[in-house]
Amino acid sequence: MTYSYYKNMQLNNIIFVYQGEVTADLVSSILQMIENKLEGEGEDRKVKKRVFNVMVECLQNVYHHLDALPPTDPSNPIKDKTALLMIGREEKDYYIITGNHVLNDRIPDLKSRLDRINRATKEELKQLYQEVLTSGGFSEKGTAGLGMIDIARKSGQRLGYDFHPVNDRYSFFSLEARISRIVDK
Amino acid sequence: MRNLVIEPTSKTPKVILNADLGIFEITGRSIPEDAIGFYRKVLDWIEEYSKNPLTDTTFKFQLEYFNTSSSKCLLDIFRKLERMHKNGHKVSIRWHYDADDEDMAETGQDYQALLDVPFELVPV
Repeated sequence: MTYSYYKNMQLNNIIFVYQGEVTADLVSSILQMIENKLEGEGEDRKVKKRVFNVMVECLQNVYHHLDALPPTDPSNPIKDKTALLMIGREEKDYYIITGNHVLNDRIPDLKSRLDRINRATKEELKQLYQEVLTSGGFSEKGTAGLGMIDIARKSGQRLGYDFHPVNDRYSFFSLEARISRIVDK
Repeated sequence: MRNLVIEPTSKTPKVILNADLGIFEITGRSIPEDAIGFYRKVLDWIEEYSKNPLTDTTFKFQLEYFNTSSSKCLLDIFRKLERMHKNGHKVSIRWHYDADDEDMAETGQDYQALLDVPFELVPV
């Protein structure tokens, strides 16, 4: 059993995986650990910074959104604020995957935002970022969609996503951001 | 007015706001979950300071990382400095960044484009 987990992680180039409750302290610890790892393995400085930046946004995104879920809701498939966090390193890319439950009502909005981001050119992303940054209605949790735009800008690649139906009220939302390890000097 | 000094943590920057010495600096990393909570004191200080500022205010920013919730708070700070500038005070913003860090240079340019206040990009 353990060996198959190990082989599976190795096969998928997973360097970090976590399943469980996401707290602010946990996010700090993961960031610290991965930062040390990137540092210790002599990853390119630019790549390291991008990975760290995208990791901050992805992890905090999950942290903030989980708060929005009512854990006491009887139809909630999870009883605490659990999520999946995964970081992988392939030959050409780092990838960061997060997974968490979302209310089905939120899917259309999330999906349209992600599609809009994925359709946008580099220049359009820059404009979108400035638009959201300067528009009001930001504060509820200090995030307001800027996170995903920033992830897309730093990633420079399309964001992968999926909504896996869990029951009639919830789905499992996964988001994948990739960061190239190849830098133009 | 009282000076404001906030020591850095792994998620929040060092802040020095010292009107006696004319030092206005935010340096380090700014990735707190609750950026609004962190920056409230800074914004209040600048608001108070802007009522009776020095003849010349140079505000230095040198951030290694910042998250998107901090980015809105930074804009709020810049807006206050912009208002001082529009009210006829001499104000400038210096955005220091690691010369290798294109992303941080680009973020500086983003802000520069949005603001009507002297905003200098300083690669270090």
